[in-house]
Formats: sequence, structure tokens, C-alpha cells
Amino acid sequence: MNCHPFTFAGTAIKALGSGALWWPENEMLCVSDLHLGKSERVARRSGQSLPPYETRDTLARLAADLDQTGARIVICLGDSFDDLMAAATLPEAERLWIARLQAGRRWIWIEGNHDPGPIEFGGEHLQDITLGALTFRHIAAPGCTAEVSGHYHPKAAIQTRGRRISRPAFLYDDDRLILPAYGTYTGGLRSHSDVLGHLLGPKALAILTGPVPTCVPMPR
Amino acid sequence: MRALPDIFAHWFAEKGWAIHPHQQAMLDRADAAALLLIAPTGGGKTLAGFLPTLVDLAEGSHDGLHTLYISPLKALAADIKRNLTTPVTEMGLPIRIEDRTGDTPASRKKRQRADPPHILLTTPESLALLASYEDAPRMFKGLKRVVVDEIHALAESKRGDQLMLALGRLQRLCPDLRRVGLSATVEDPAAIAQQLARHPDACDILRADPGPAPDISMLTTHEAPPWSGGNAAYAIPAVLEEVRKHKTTLIFHNTRAQAEIFFHNLWLANDDGLPIGIHHGSLDRQQRERVEGAMVRGELRAIVCTGSLDLGIDWGDVDLVIQIGAPKNVKRLIQRIGRANHRYNAPSKALLVPANRFEVVECVAALEAVRAGELDGDPRGSGPRDVLCQHILITAAAGPFEADALFHEVTSVGAYAALIRAEFDACLDFCATGGYALRAYDQWQRLQQRPDGLWQLRDPRAAQKIRMNIGTIQDTDTLKVRLRRNRGGKPLGEIEEGFAASLTPGDTFLIGGQIVRYEGLREMTVEVSRNAAKKPKVATFMGTKFATSTQLSARVIEMFQQAEWPELPAHTAEWLALQREVSQLPKPGRLLIESFPHDGREQTVIYGFAGRNGQQTLGLLLTKRMEEMGLNPMGFVATDYATLIWGLDPVETPAPLFDLDALQDGLETWLAGNAVMKRTFRASATIAGLIQRNTPSARKSGRQATFSSDILYDTLQKYDPGHLLLDITREEALRGLVDFGRIEEMAERVAGRIDHLKLTRVTPLAAPMFLEMGRVPVKGAAEERLLAEEAARLMESAGIADITPQPSNTPRWRVGY
Repeated sequence: MNCHPFTFAGTAIKALGSGALWWPENEMLCVSDLHLGKSERVARRSGQSLPPYETRDTLARLAADLDQTGARIVICLGDSFDDLMAAATLPEAERLWIARLQAGRRWIWIEGNHDPGPIEFGGEHLQDITLGALTFRHIAAPGCTAEVSGHYHPKAAIQTRGRRISRPAFLYDDDRLILPAYGTYTGGLRSHSDVLGHLLGPKALAILTGPVPTCVPMPR
Repeated sequence: MRALPDIFAHWFAEKGWAIHPHQQAMLDRADAAALLLIAPTGGGKTLAGFLPTLVDLAEGSHDGLHTLYISPLKALAADIKRNLTTPVTEMGLPIRIEDRTGDTPASRKKRQRADPPHILLTTPESLALLASYEDAPRMFKGLKRVVVDEIHALAESKRGDQLMLALGRLQRLCPDLRRVGLSATVEDPAAIAQQLARHPDACDILRADPGPAPDISMLTTHEAPPWSGGNAAYAIPAVLEEVRKHKTTLIFHNTRAQAEIFFHNLWLANDDGLPIGIHHGSLDRQQRERVEGAMVRGELRAIVCTGSLDLGIDWGDVDLVIQIGAPKNVKRLIQRIGRANHRYNAPSKALLVPANRFEVVECVAALEAVRAGELDGDPRGSGPRDVLCQHILITAAAGPFEADALFHEVTSVGAYAALIRAEFDACLDFCATGGYALRAYDQWQRLQQRPDGLWQLRDPRAAQKIRMNIGTIQDTDTLKVRLRRNRGGKPLGEIEEGFAASLTPGDTFLIGGQIVRYEGLREMTVEVSRNAAKKPKVATFMGTKFATSTQLSARVIEMFQQAEWPELPAHTAEWLALQREVSQLPKPGRLLIESFPHDGREQTVIYGFAGRNGQQTLGLLLTKRMEEMGLNPMGFVATDYATLIWGLDPVETPAPLFDLDALQDGLETWLAGNAVMKRTFRASATIAGLIQRNTPSARKSGRQATFSSDILYDTLQKYDPGHLLLDITREEALRGLVDFGRIEEMAERVAGRIDHLKLTRVTPLAAPMFLEMGRVPVKGAAEERLLAEEAARLMESAGIADITPQPSNTPRWRVGY
């Protein structure tokens, strides 16, 4: 498995090349910002008809990660659905697919700003959750430590010889870890942005996703 | 003959002018449904186009919009307004003339819709926008004439297709609308006429006296041109000498980067301090306007420029045009020369400056084509379907429509005459539902069919979004460049976002003729400081690298067949003679391939003469085939004429490499993941309305909600490979950047007749190819020396070192940086 093992808040975890976080000791997989049903919401709100295949693509990647890791606990770290109506109107085939993925696992939906209410899918629905040393919530809260969050869709770019490579990235320092967005139709916020610069300390690191996850000092 | 009304006759007489024959002819045929006038610049073309309108309106009985004038440039519309207002005021005609472009204030735009002027001057995009309003039928009521200026420039692009679709709509609103096109000299007036007229109506072509033939020659210098490269630094003293001898000189370049480098070098050698300016599309608008103003006032002796000066703005007294680098295309050369000397009856004067040895041959071939009056140009394909999709949305924004009527209207446009109903329906379906194999948007589709059969927007508010997305010009993502100051330093121009991303603080680059130092990025603006001390390391701008036209390539091959070349400078003639001696020169109807070892690699050169893009694609496809055949290719480089491939194993039998079907197969696989395809997809998806234009404000906000169009492309490839937009993308890429058409043309031309020569060393014709390797955009002194040494070594190994005078080691002018 292509991953970057590291220690955060005294906990040994692994950043997967797909953008998922794997906690071997707890057999827990965490993914953030799936934005399922995004093309439906865009069509409903703006009349733009994007290719309606992003939910199946996201689920296919998630299924592959679950297969590979054999996770027993899954945390979806908020913004799992592009909005509550997108969650309610997900096509039958995709609802069944989610149900199949959930079978035999503890599944936790953390609320995000896009999906801040109850949804009809099985599993637990929580504001946040603490497992072991780590607290999981959608948006990083001021002054917290040992916190895993999402929301910002961070990406980072590195300059190689004559070529700039930009990828979704995990960002972390001593106190917080921010996960990249996992959904297919998600853009990214550059690690250079002020908001990420304020959230993360000067020694923060970035782990670029991709075939071989690569760790660099967070580009600012 | 229709007599000129007295008031006009008096005015002409007062000015001491006689009406030109073509102006009279335009007046005589004012009732023609469509008429195309071909006239040289400075021939009173615009007045010819407007004369019937002015005569008509002189009586003062017409109410509302009478004539619509469309030009490709905003600046041109403003220019024409000035020029037209003079005679109208002087004759005291009761005519209101207004322009309407993206720069017109909103209040006036609104007023123009309610109370249109007699003559409205506008651009294709503004017209499309006007046509998208529900009140369009009222505004265009009574419209009599439409004049399309510089139609040759529009006809080559999607802007022209969009314009003609809009005219189709106007014609339905105003069945008696007369269409007039004004064009510079073009190779195929009939093709433009066919685009202009309502299909299948005829369109007559009027030709004005073309004036005396241009006086074009090739600049000969003491110094021989280098073997490769495009900046023609060797010619700078001679160019300065010409500038000194003439009043105003335009110095055209094929790319912006070349213009910047040449301008920089020109100033380093400009010991007399002649006032010389630079003008290209990446410079800040204020800077460009300043140069344009100085030009019109006759304050500049020369302007270094690119295609941004190509269109018919009146530049005053230009008496010399210099073209640096081979013109690549004879038609463009003629049109550029048309810029010079606006006096109708004096010959235009132009000089060609080849940038390297091969271009000497190309320049001479181009000169012969000019003398033979032979223009070139590749025929445009059928109307692009992404533009049609946008037109369908624009139509829907104006109100409910009937599919049959719209299909009828669209096929009355020349470029779409061959469109079949199934293709139209696919475009309509795309606009309505997205056109996916998976029917996902039944509830939210953009267009709905009502019970009475008419199509309409599901949500009328979508009209606003459609209007914001009108247009076919693709803005590449560029960033503004400013001098770093306390606040709001001077804007210098724009560079590509990709180029900006490659800069680190301290890097220097050329813009607007000055060397600047990259300081940092602030709010999507590149901040720089002046820095003349360091030599610029990097300089790239977006810009078209033109491919040499099919016709010009054919002429070059023809030239190769001569027994000797008295028309070529000695250095070039001897070079070709030696090639004939040690190998052979490419022949018409045959494909020359040379293989030889060099630098410990097996080298193969394919002289396909398929143009830069075509040879590039050929390189990609051939290396892929060679990989499959176990020949271990390692890389390639392409020029307009040839592709050089190097690898570990020699090519023994090249014929199987050129199986067109196999190449086509390779193309399909290779295309799917190609960056060119993604770029093309983004353009087509934006035009067709799948994605919104990337507005500067949206980029500035850096919202993480927006995502790259590449993701959409990959998703479609994976889940819906038969989708309309992928089909359109493939079609576009094949005739654009991939240029597979030229490879097919080559394959047909040579029909398997391959001359494969196995040689022991680099041949004279192949030698320059080795210097094309790598991309070194700005060549400093050290690089120049390395390059010269390498060139000498290569030439020696080709056995031609002794016949070529070495470039002088003591430059007679100061060398840049």
C-alpha cells in the first residue's frame, strides 16, 4: 500500500496516496469532503449539467481503500454530501452501494457545513468524535490540540526541475492535521493561502497525495 | 450607374476627391442580398461599405436602426466612428452613429436597446449579446444593412462562426437584410463569400484595383544567418540601417518572445537612440495605447510588433515593413505588408529577414509565391459544434424557440449548411440535459420542451449566466505584472500563469523591452522590480507558433529540385549542394528518411514537411510505434519540415512505421491522455456552456469549491467516452494543435514511396536539427558561445565547416547582456 507513515499527537497513523487517513491500531479509515451528489446540486442551482459520474467515481475509490485496508471503523469527516437535498435524492444504485460499504463496519458521519443535519443513511451522526488521543471534527476549531479536520480542501505545490507539481495534500503540525478532499469533484485551496498559514504553525508539513505520497515542509 | 446625390458630390468635390470605381460599384449594387468587397488597405474600403447607407439615410426618413457594422476589434469600431462622423458632420446629414462594445457604459447600452442609433458599430460578441435579449426583435426592427469589416480575419476563427449564426437570426427577424463583407486580399474569396451569404444564396465578389505590386525582397547581410534559432540577432545592424533610411518601419515577429528579445537587442545596438517602441498582445493596454498614440503622431521611427498590429487600424505613414523570421504563410505576409504605405497608389515596401539558414530557403520560396500571386491557406472545416451549442443557449435566453425553425436558421449559415439533423439534435440534447449516457438530470435540465413543442429555459434566471458566458475567445489564465511600489505600481503587462508559477524570487525576465526581477506574488499580481544588471534567464509568453503552410512547404520541396540555386545566397546554395552530394534532397511525392549514428545514438530524420504541429505529432506517434517495435527511441525534436528521433537501435525498415491505420490507432490511445486534448476540451466546454468562464474575481477568491476542467475530462473519458464534447474535442485537436490532417496529407502525398538512406554521419540538412534540442528561450553570451561551438562541431562532422564563414568573433555592435 502506498502510504506515508507518521506520528501525530503521539499516534502512529498513515496518509494514503488516495487522500484517506489510515489508523492501523484502531483499524480506522477516515476520509473527508466526499461531496457526493455534487453534480445534482450544481444542476439544481445553476442549470449547469456536469458529467453525473462523480459519486460512483468517489465510491469506487473508497471501496478500493476499504478493500485494501479491511477497515472496521470508517469516519466521514463532514461535507460527505454536497447538501442535504443531494443526500436525499442520491440515485438508488448509489444508495445501495453505500449500504454495501457500510455492512459489517462501524460508520460515523461527522456533520459538515454542507450537510449539517440528519441524513437517511445508516451509521452514527455526530458533531465530532474523540477516539484514543484524537478528536475528529469537520472544521478546525481555534485552540484545539490533537485534532483531525477537513473542510479546507488543502493542496500543495512543489517546484521540481522546470515543472510545478500541485496535488491535494495533508497538512499537519504539532496540534492539528487537515485532510485533503476525497471527492472527485473537489478543487483545492493552496497551502499558501492566509487562512491555512494562520491555522498551521511555522513547522507544519505537507504530505502530497498521489502514487507515492511525498512529505515536504508546508509551502507558504 | 446610380448617381451620387448632390450633397455627396459636392462634398467629394470640396475635398478634391473622385469616387473610387469600387465605391461607385458598391453604390450601384446596394440592393444585392450579399456582396463581398476585396480591396487593399487604404483603398477607401470602409467608405465603400457605408456609402449606400449614408445615401439612404441622407433623406432623413428612416426611423431606428438602419445599419449594423461589425469589426473584430473594439479599437477599430471606435476608429470607424471617428472617421465616419467627419463626413456626416461636414455634410450635415441627419444620422446618429454610436458604438457598442464591452467598454460602453451600462447606461448607454440600455438606452441603445430602447432607442437604437441609425448606425451601430459593434463586435461579434456584443452582437451575440444583443441577440440574447427578449427585446431583440424590437431593437433590430427595420434593420436594412449589415457591414462586416475585416471579414478575412473573422472568417478564420470561431468568432466568425458565431457572427454568422447571429446574422442568421437577424435575417429571420429582418428578411430583407443586405449583407456586405469587406476583406483584405485573400486566397479564396469564394470561401468567404460562401460564409457571408445566406445559404444557398449567391454572393457576388467585387474586386477593387489591387494597386501596384508590393516591392518585397530579402535582406542580405554580410553575416550569414545561424544554423538554427529564431531571434535573428545577426541582422540587427542591417535592420537599424534600414530604420535609419525610412520614415516609419514596422518590424513584425512571429512570436511575442521573439519580439521581446529582438527589441532588447535592438536597443542595445541603438547607438543613435532612434525612437523605437514595442507592441504586442501581452503588454498592458495603457502601454499599448501609448505606443499607438506615438505612432499615429509620427513620433516613432520603428515599432517591434507581433500579430497584434495585424488588423486594419490606420497607423499613419509606415513606409517599410520588415518581417523577422520566415513568414510561414504567404497570405499573412501580404496582409502585413498591406499595413505599410496607406497611400493607395504607391507600392508597399517590405523586407524579409530569415532567422536561420533554412529560413533563407523558405523566404525565397515565399517571395516567389508572392510574385506568382499565389496565396495559401487551409480550408476551414465545417462549423464547430461548440459554437452551435452556445448559439442554442443564446437563442433560448432570448425566449422560447421551435427546434425545426432553429435548425432551418442554422443551416442557412454557410459553415453549417452541411449539418445534419442528428448532429443538431445532439447539440440541442447537450444544451437541454447535458447529453449523458446516464440520464441524470430529468428534473433539473437546463432546457425543457413545453407541451406546445417549444423549447425554453427551465429557470429563466439562467439567461443571465448564459449572457455572461457569451463569446468564443479563450482567455488563457494570465497574471498581471506590476512594478512593486508602495501602492499600485505601474502595470507592465501580463504573463501566463504557468510561467509565473515557475518563477522564484530573483529570477529575471523580459517584458515590454525591460528586464525585471521577480519579487513575489500578491493578490494574483506578479510584482517585479527594475533590474537591468542581470541577464534575463527566462522569457516565455503565450503565442502561436505558426506552422508553415502546405503550399509554402511544397514550394520549398520544388526549389530543392533545381540543378543550382542562383537566387539563394552562396552560403545557403552551397549547403544544399553538399546535401545533394552526401545524401539527397527531399523530392516531391516521396518521403526522405535519413538514418545515421551520432553522439552514441542512432538518429533518424523524417523529412515530412507537415508543419511544426504535424511533425510534432508525427514524432509522438512514431516514437510510440518504435517503442512497440523494440527500437528503444529516446526522444525527438520537430521543426516545420522534419522530425529527428534518437534512440538505441537503428531503424532498418521504416515502411512499417508509416502504416497510416496503425498511426491512427496509436493516435486514439495517445490522444486520450494528452495535455493538448485537455486544453482543447477546456476551450470547447467553456464555449459550449458546460463550464463557466474562469473570471478573474473567481480565481482571486481562490475558492476551493471550483475544480479543474481536467477532472471533468478524465471523468467523461472514464464513464462516458462517446459524449458529444469529447467528440468535439477530438475534432478540434485533430485540426488544430495535433494537426493530424497534415500527417494524412503527407501520407497521401508520399503513398509509401520512401527513400531511406543509411549514412555514416550527420548530413548537412539534418545538422540544424541537433541545435533545436532543448528549450533555451533566452540565449545569453555563454550559451551563444556554447551553441556556436556545438554548431561548428556539428558542421565539421557533416563536412561543411570549411565552406561556411564562421560568425565573426569581434561583434561590431554591443551584444545583449
